[in-house]
Amino acid sequence: MNIIVCMKQTFDTEERIVLENGKIKEDGVKFVINPYDEYAVEEAIRLKEQHGGQVTVITLGPTRAEEALRTALAMGADEGVIIDDPALFGDEYTASRVLAKAIEKHPYDIILCGNQAVDDGSGQVAVRVAELLGIPHIGTVTKLEVADGKVTAHRDAEGDVEIVEGRPPILVTAQQGLNEPRYPSLIGIRKANKKPLTRYTAAELGLDAGTASAKSEILETFLPKPKAGGRILQGDLAAQVKELVQALRTEEKVL
Amino acid sequence: MARKLLVIADLRNGRVRNVTHEALAAARRLAGGGEVAAALVGDGVAGQAEGLGAHGADKVYVVEGAELAQYTPDAYSAVVERLIRSADPDVVFFAHSAVGRDLAPKLAARFGAGQVSDVVDVADDGGELVFTRPIYAGKAFTRVKIPEGKVFATIRPNNLPAGEPDSGHTAVVETVPVPLSGEALRTVVKDVVQKATSGVDLTEAKIIVSGGRGVKSAEGFKPLYELAEVLGAAVGASRAACDAGYCDYSMQIGQTGKVVTPDLYIACGISGAIQHLAGMSNSKVIVAINKDPEAPIFKVANYGIVGDLFEVVPMLTEELKKVLAE
Repeated sequence: MNIIVCMKQTFDTEERIVLENGKIKEDGVKFVINPYDEYAVEEAIRLKEQHGGQVTVITLGPTRAEEALRTALAMGADEGVIIDDPALFGDEYTASRVLAKAIEKHPYDIILCGNQAVDDGSGQVAVRVAELLGIPHIGTVTKLEVADGKVTAHRDAEGDVEIVEGRPPILVTAQQGLNEPRYPSLIGIRKANKKPLTRYTAAELGLDAGTASAKSEILETFLPKPKAGGRILQGDLAAQVKELVQALRTEEKVL
Repeated sequence: MARKLLVIADLRNGRVRNVTHEALAAARRLAGGGEVAAALVGDGVAGQAEGLGAHGADKVYVVEGAELAQYTPDAYSAVVERLIRSADPDVVFFAHSAVGRDLAPKLAARFGAGQVSDVVDVADDGGELVFTRPIYAGKAFTRVKIPEGKVFATIRPNNLPAGEPDSGHTAVVETVPVPLSGEALRTVVKDVVQKATSGVDLTEAKIIVSGGRGVKSAEGFKPLYELAEVLGAAVGASRAACDAGYCDYSMQIGQTGKVVTPDLYIACGISGAIQHLAGMSNSKVIVAINKDPEAPIFKVANYGIVGDLFEVVPMLTEELKKVLAE
């Protein structure tokens, strides 16, 4: 089974966001594999362990993202692909066009992606990729089984679970709860450095900056107003509870 | 500037969700005299058309069929693609929901269009639509525009005002045939398992009661459910509670998990890790109940009670029962 995983390197979720000249500051930030993509990598490796095959991890992003690819290779993926040509950085429209072109260079039965990235959080790219490749997708999956040429997935739909069936080639997006990603072993880390890593340029993908340029334009990035920090209620607990209910009703009017 | 907008209604158990009314009110505001249409896609949903009219739709397309009873990307995208091709709107709004999040990017890709996801505000800035959306789960925000082509957007529940329904405003209802046959669907929903949660959807709830590591066990969520029942609230959880196995991951609120913006968020036994705060600090009013007076959650809380949640939460439930019965 040929499995492709699309992944993105993102800020660790414990990082604070600091703006400098209107841009998000990256200095000193700890980067990780986007947690949802990490579920996708783990699931891909489990599928390979079960069915045999090959796991290829693909990322689009600055050269630092190579580190995330190496982590995925250390976890057990077989081959990495990075597209770090800044001419190909844009929005979700751009990313999906670039990833689809890169994917087309590799054989695949199943494509796994995170259902969204914890930075931009738009959840568009994976679904767009499936559409561009002309294959079906199943989104926000918490359980995945592949057997007898059939894919059965549990899809998280606002707390309900839909049991969805499809057939390869198919794209599946990972939701939290799908699995618990493994830590790379020491042997895995050592092996990762010897695994093949391919780098595609825009020309190799048959794209130039114009053909995949972003549809959306960010006018401004800003931080929410800091919370002032509120009232710690005092007195005995019963009085505090009464005061709270009173405040929620009359001052805040939320009850 | 007059523009045409199409709102794809978001349904839960056959009923239009409030986020659709919020999207319609926004569409009405942005239409500038142009047409606001809505689409009802499902099985046995025609009865919902009137409400869409009262909330601002001039026209409602009704597409009904047994194969649309459950959302599937292939069936729904075929239906909505056809509506978009014939109605030719400038802007298409979806809910940022299980369906909208899945459907909108599929269509945006099909039309080669840009999309703004998870919109919390939208304004007409000198003839151009400017959308505000959270990034890093609300740790920051961006203002975004799509200069050319059709604009696709998903609207986050609870952020744009819905407005009051006007029964005097009625929509022209147009029934559209279903353009598909069963064989065309490449994915099929075999079954739907309703999870035993409170029945109030987390992302659209006006009030959320949420538990963290402090609830100590699955059983420890019981007083939270009792409080939620009195309030008509949804129950959520922090990552710590989910990782510890006290509850299902579908309840997780945070940068991984759901981002919520209710009117009232009651955090019980949640310390307030940065990744959790990202998912809830844009709630309108936050109440924190925690034993540890140094817990970071108190820094974002409007009201804090330092105490044991197993003592405070039942007291709060009783007090609310009393007060709300008055």
